[in-house]
Amino acid sequence: MKCGGKGSLRWGAGLALASLLVGAGAAYGEPNDNKLVIDGQTLTTEAAAPEGVELDKLYSGWRFRSPETQELQTDDFENPAMVAVDQGAELWGTVDGSAGKSCMSCHGEAEASMKGVRAGYPKWSDKRGKPHTLETQINECRTDRMEADAWKWESSNMLGMTAFVGLQSRGMPVKVQTDGPMAQWHAKGKELYFTRVGQLNMSCANCHQENYGKMIRADHLSQGHINGFPVYRLKWGGLGSSHRRFKGCMENIRATPFKRGSDEFVALELYLASRGAGLSVETPSVRN
Amino acid sequence: MRRSVALTAIATIGLTGSVFASQIAPENVTFVDDIEVPISLTGQAGDAAKGREWYAGRKLGNCLACHATTDLNELPFHGEVGPAMDGVADRYEEAQLRAILVNSKKVFGDQTIMPGFYVVNPGARTAGDFQGQTIMSAQQIEDVIAYLKTLTE
Ligand code: HEC
Ligand code: HEC
Repeated sequence: MKCGGKGSLRWGAGLALASLLVGAGAAYGEPNDNKLVIDGQTLTTEAAAPEGVELDKLYSGWRFRSPETQELQTDDFENPAMVAVDQGAELWGTVDGSAGKSCMSCHGEAEASMKGVRAGYPKWSDKRGKPHTLETQINECRTDRMEADAWKWESSNMLGMTAFVGLQSRGMPVKVQTDGPMAQWHAKGKELYFTRVGQLNMSCANCHQENYGKMIRADHLSQGHINGFPVYRLKWGGLGSSHRRFKGCMENIRATPFKRGSDEFVALELYLASRGAGLSVETPSVRN
Repeated sequence: MRRSVALTAIATIGLTGSVFASQIAPENVTFVDDIEVPISLTGQAGDAAKGREWYAGRKLGNCLACHATTDLNELPFHGEVGPAMDGVADRYEEAQLRAILVNSKKVFGDQTIMPGFYVVNPGARTAGDFQGQTIMSAQQIEDVIAYLKTLTE
């Protein structure tokens, strides 16, 4: 090795500096302290980390957004997602399919029957022998009970409906089952969360666990929770599902994403929901 | 007709001779003690002005995404995931910078978020277009090293 005294000294100094800066990282990118109050209701945007989650504290993605973006979510008249929610509300009462039924025919008023539903998904389904996401549950109702066509994952009808159903749980703490038959799905999701993928060779944890709070180019990294989905993204100009977000993050690190609704993304969704347990459901939230 | 065949042949020889012959393939890069790669990947000096472009380019090094750099203050959005690059040339020898760029994992350990820029298929499920490709070419790496060497304090 050609490394003289000067070289190794420099090396040492460089490493020390690197670890200092990395260690101090959290200091320059804390989430902001704003409170999320919608229509007089205060939502929980920070909570104690669930057991086994290596975060000092949980913070909703809302806390990392700029005050301008945050504001759009504090007023339902300004929240651009509400157009889709209205569409969902209308579909709720619309008869479709050869059984001549609407969602309302079986469930009555969503405000009562759908309260708390979003907070507990994905949820185990004995019938399927795997977890249901809100999307697959809605489609099961459509095909089996209404005898109507299934909606596509990212269709405006599906997004409107998941936003409308999700809204009925707004403010309630996320809480999903992770034991029993869900245990192996949870474990699979956790494995995916920590697996490095793509040409950039990164895992979800690299950005959202180890570097949240810091800027990566123009983006302020959050902890990557899903309590606000489907979210209205200004960049998308519309609503998108959590699986669309997972896909985008995988593409950014130059990995081939899994498909929306795939077992892998369902497992990842379950694991992410469990990482965010205790945060309020914010559906439909607004992001940049 | 005959003339164009001959021309193609010359062009091909020219290319092989000047670009590929002396280039070290990703799997053949020799590290010294995991922290130094003393020999240029192309046998040629880097171009600092080009390196500055690759360093900032979102589709190339995108180094600025993680490393704030005063010299590039004309550009917005400097990241803070890694240390600031000001004065990096005072902290590292050229051979060490090359090692960090080629494969940061060798130098900093497997946990580092910094990508290796001259390694092939490091992560699972690498997307089609990027399979078998390094993030930057050997000459681009040398160019970025030349740029980093201008960052003194
Ligand atoms: C290279 C960094 C990086 C990696 C790796 C990464 N993400 Fe992201 N992710 C971002 C950025 C930047 C955003 C937008 C800002 C934010 O909310 O953090 C984001 C946003 C998100 C959001 C939206 C959060 C919200 O509140 O709206 C979710 C969910 C998410 N990511 C999940 C994932 C998952 C799952 C993986 C792994 C498959 C992953 N991310 C990998 C950078 C990354
Ligand atoms: C996704 C984030 C990321 C990207 C992109 C990135 N780096 Fe880094 N880099 C880091 C981190 C983090 C460290 C600190 C070492 C560690 O703890 O892993 C680092 C350390 C370094 C160091 C040592 C700095 C010191 O003072 O000790 C150099 C030199 C460096 N990077 C150069 C580059 C160059 C040049 C590029 C682009 C070609 C680049 N990096 C791209 C995250 C990144």
